[in-house]
Amino acid sequence: MTISADHTAPDTTSTAAPDNALTEAVKKFGITVEDYMLPARHQIQMVDPDGRLKAGSEQGTQPGHEYPVPGDKELLAAYEQLVVGRRVNDQNSALVRQGRMAVYPSSHGQEACQVAAALCLSDGDWMFPTYRDAVAVMTRGVDPVQVMTIFRGDWHGGYDPLKYKVGIQCTPLTTQLLHAVGVAHAAKLRGEDTVVLAMCGDGATSEGDFHEALNFAAVFHLPVIFFVQNNKYAISVPLAHQSVAPSLAHKAVGYGMAGERVDGNDVVALLAVLDRAVKLAREGSGPLLVEANTYRMQAHTNADDDTRYRESAEVAEWRAKDPVNRMRTYLADRGLLDDDGEARIAAHAEAVATQLREGLGEDVPVDPQELFRHVFAVQTPQLKEQSAMLADELARDAAATDSKEAGK
Amino acid sequence: MSPTITTSSEANGNVSAATARAAASAAASAEAAGPQPVTMAKALNTALADAMSADSSVLVFGEDVGMLGGVFRITDGLTATFGEQRCFDTPLAESGIVGMAVGMAINGMRPVIEMQFDAFAYPAFEQIVSHVAKMHNRTRGMVKLPMVIRIPYGGGIGGVEHHCDSSESYYAHTAGLKVYTPATVADGYRMLREAIDSDDPVVFMEPKKMYWTKDSVDLGELRRLHEEGTTAGRTSEGRAAVARPGTDATLIAYGPSVPTALAAAEAAALEGRSLEVIDVRTIVPFDDETVCESVRKTGRAVVIAEAHGFASVSSEIVARVQERCFHYLAAPIRRVTGFDVPYPAPKLEKYYLPGVDRILDAVDDLQWEN
Repeated sequence: MTISADHTAPDTTSTAAPDNALTEAVKKFGITVEDYMLPARHQIQMVDPDGRLKAGSEQGTQPGHEYPVPGDKELLAAYEQLVVGRRVNDQNSALVRQGRMAVYPSSHGQEACQVAAALCLSDGDWMFPTYRDAVAVMTRGVDPVQVMTIFRGDWHGGYDPLKYKVGIQCTPLTTQLLHAVGVAHAAKLRGEDTVVLAMCGDGATSEGDFHEALNFAAVFHLPVIFFVQNNKYAISVPLAHQSVAPSLAHKAVGYGMAGERVDGNDVVALLAVLDRAVKLAREGSGPLLVEANTYRMQAHTNADDDTRYRESAEVAEWRAKDPVNRMRTYLADRGLLDDDGEARIAAHAEAVATQLREGLGEDVPVDPQELFRHVFAVQTPQLKEQSAMLADELARDAAATDSKEAGK
Repeated sequence: MSPTITTSSEANGNVSAATARAAASAAASAEAAGPQPVTMAKALNTALADAMSADSSVLVFGEDVGMLGGVFRITDGLTATFGEQRCFDTPLAESGIVGMAVGMAINGMRPVIEMQFDAFAYPAFEQIVSHVAKMHNRTRGMVKLPMVIRIPYGGGIGGVEHHCDSSESYYAHTAGLKVYTPATVADGYRMLREAIDSDDPVVFMEPKKMYWTKDSVDLGELRRLHEEGTTAGRTSEGRAAVARPGTDATLIAYGPSVPTALAAAEAAALEGRSLEVIDVRTIVPFDDETVCESVRKTGRAVVIAEAHGFASVSSEIVARVQERCFHYLAAPIRRVTGFDVPYPAPKLEKYYLPGVDRILDAVDDLQWEN
């Protein structure tokens, strides 16, 4: 198949894709445009749940959808981040139970997706995460305590998005995908080779902004990777209630972009697929959609009770596919990981957990005047008035407390 | 790739690429010197062109804004002058337009986007309320969103349903948005330039029935004054205007209601009553000072707006004036607003819209006999 002739009317809008851009991208693979855009017949899996590297012929690849195994250094770095990520997830859940964090949507079980999403990007690239992607944000290099500020309750976010090139963790579903599109578009207009990775979950693919973001990225031919972590549940609602598409990756073809699905608990396959997607996007292929097939091992948050909507047998089945154990076995079998290495990585994870316990255990003083400080770049007279009112209220409270103390 | 597009921070004060400069001087030289009859549409169009010349990070996009020049022709000629990278059509998706603009503003641009009609902006409501309005606050000011959302609004053009809403109250109610609405041709130019220069996001409400209103305006002089004001750090944001001085009562209006208020004041003058008309100009931030100064002087006030009165900008104005001017008031403040019904079909809109007679009736009600 070639791209429909209907699309070949001369398009003079240079911000949109040149007619043959996709065809040019496809030429590298010697396959049809349709075979390029449709995901491979099976998900890409390189290391099986038992930690064994699968034979090339069994990795789910097919012509044009082949992926080399990433280098040892990248794999070891990924494993280290997996261990840290798991420790962080479990530490944060403990901090919530102790009342030191308001809430934590854990990515326990999805750490391979988190780690790969960050490691596939270069320094100049951007990432747009959701509320469940704290481990990805940390892996990108943001200070762990700053990452968790959003859940500590003293402000809505703790890190500088411009410094780290990481959007603020987004709560309204898929709205951040459009911000990713805008960042990519601005970069493209300036001739920069920035790639933007935009993250969302399976439930989010039902949102209107998912559609608008994918379509905008495709029409303007922007270097955006849409990375969908299909963890099977949107709070309690299973995937079957969100979509009856053959897979979420199949949605790509409707926008004229390439889609691929990958075992989301196999960090080797994730890195292979995402590394290629980033490379293609940087070379001008336009956007791509990657669906990671994973599982949310714990409840949506601590406020949720997952026994109401899923069987423990299902959870147990996924426990056997754990991304951390799988990678440990694989690296150990290949002789890349010994006891010393394990001990060093465990110590690193423990240091991050300590940092979190200390950072989040601190009672951070809040400044009531900060309520007014950041609403606008140029404050309004009305806010100045309200700020003075609160200051006066607090001063009177303090004076009343002082006189009470004095009267004791 | 255009090497001439730079980030907003780099572009600030760094007046532009040669092509843009040439375009600006071409536009300027095509203008006749001195005051000329100019439409609001032309003033807005010139403001966009001048802002694009002054700063290469200013981008214009939306639906039909490219080749067509916008359904109201406000973006006419921008694509031809500045190229398809700086003024372009998007897919038909308002949330997409606003959301993409957020990302562009994060990454150094100053997007000026067009919502084709008031009621067509609603699909973008989540992006506007949850992100445009909150990004600066959420990030403790680390991320600024210097973007302008232009919305043609209001009725009076015989438009069909979904083309005549007065949606300003939704935006004014949302903390973090600035809301401008010009009521004169000169303000069309001046306020749009200031909105584009603002580091805060501005919802720019354009009274669509006034697009073809002409005033005698010197665009070259406005351009010069804007540049002077920018250099001196001056802005007219947050300043209401006394559109017509008077002594007996104050009519407080904004956008499309300003000409109606002026017509009412004209008619009242024939009956020997002197009405002062205040043009609010920027709903957020609101100029309490100018409005209250007028009401303290006259002791009587009527607030006029096309939007439904219930829980609206007009109710806010009444509340604010009452809180600040209670002891100066000779009568309760009255409102003349649209009825609390969905915007009516064209043949019914004359019954819905605030008109001169209804305003004069309200003025008559201000307890003159005491």
